[in-house]
Amino acid sequence: MNRFLEVVRRDLRLALRQGSDSVMVVTFFVLTVVLFPFGIGPEVNVLERVSAGVLMVTALLASMLSLDRLFQADYEDGSLELLVLTPAPLGVVVAAKMLAHWLTTGLPLMIAAPVLAVLLHMHEDGFLTLLAAMALGTPVLSLVGGIGAALVLGARRGGVLLSLLILPLYVPVLIFGVGAIDAAVQGMSAKPHLLILSAMLAAALVLAPWASAAALRQALE
Amino acid sequence: MVRAMSDSTFSAKDLACVRGGRVVFAGLGFSLATGGALVLLGPNGSGKSSLLRVLAGLLKPAHGLLAWDGRPIAEDPEAHAARTHYLGHHDAVKPVLSVAENLRFWAHLHDPHAERAGRAVDAALARFGLARLATIPGKMLSAGQKRRTNLARLLAAPSPLWLLDEPTTALDKASIRVLEDVLAEHRAGGGMVVLSTHADINMPGAAELHLDRFSVREELP
Repeated sequence: MNRFLEVVRRDLRLALRQGSDSVMVVTFFVLTVVLFPFGIGPEVNVLERVSAGVLMVTALLASMLSLDRLFQADYEDGSLELLVLTPAPLGVVVAAKMLAHWLTTGLPLMIAAPVLAVLLHMHEDGFLTLLAAMALGTPVLSLVGGIGAALVLGARRGGVLLSLLILPLYVPVLIFGVGAIDAAVQGMSAKPHLLILSAMLAAALVLAPWASAAALRQALE
Repeated sequence: MVRAMSDSTFSAKDLACVRGGRVVFAGLGFSLATGGALVLLGPNGSGKSSLLRVLAGLLKPAHGLLAWDGRPIAEDPEAHAARTHYLGHHDAVKPVLSVAENLRFWAHLHDPHAERAGRAVDAALARFGLARLATIPGKMLSAGQKRRTNLARLLAAPSPLWLLDEPTTALDKASIRVLEDVLAEHRAGGGMVVLSTHADINMPGAAELHLDRFSVREELP
């Protein structure tokens, strides 16, 4: 557990000192969402109708932007070899890195989302559900994305390959995230959608670090 | 640094390694006892680095057995990681962390006892002449200073088995002498060293392993 926190602390410190990644992710999120009213016109009911989808799709793309850095920097400077050789199980180290990734990208996205929802005239009944869907969905993005980031390590043009690999896997998060918000706006219960998102998170929490660790070992062979 | 280490043996039997479809070496074996040292010699491409990666557990041998006190290391990779320090070609120094922060991270990962690790880090920095550079960020270091930071990791957390891949790269003469002293003390304290080198390192009583003797000549039909 100490080692887990040590890795989280180190990755957070690295992210804070370098600063660029989280700022870039949130800026991309905000700018892309702001583009939509220009593209589809300022009519309130149109924007309101697409707001949930636009927010979720953009959050998903933004979270993917920083994924290829998750293991790449450690891979290039030799830290990854040493992380694999720490006395802790590799799955624990990987889970710590994924948590740090979520704290520096998923969490800022979650905080920015309600502000942008106002911009898109989302109905106020959807706000809490939006937060809940983001809170459950963005960790899944970091966890599942981590598997992809580990798989493309060492590949040329890993970033492009990563999006081809990971975007299809993000579809369930998108469907149930948007479904939850739409249900809440239409006055129905969002609970079933949110429960399915929770199930995805629970499954990803258990399986993703383990799968990602296996891919990392393969990359270092 | 005096530490009590019980008598142990590290042995390899009939090891073979295959890289990219080519047999790098086969039929390799050795046995190291407490205080022992093994120098790997051989031309470029003869498999010195591959052998060290196999010994560290980063690569799986194509054939053969590695054992610590007679027990195969594959049975418990984490225990093997806890007793091993591996030093590869890359120095794993993060550019935005200071020398002390870099070192403290690896020390804490190896030895979760924070206070003891902190003292060991200070001693290790002083030993390799880095005390004055402790607060300097990694990106300001020269190649030799980075290498010394990486070497200080060996002392920052105690481990009986050191696997060093060309540790003298980029070191000046004075630092090589410090390294020789550190290696001698480590062996006197009951540690083991396996290292590959092209330069002369003064290690009294070290066994030599010529890897080109284990290469497999491909026989064309």
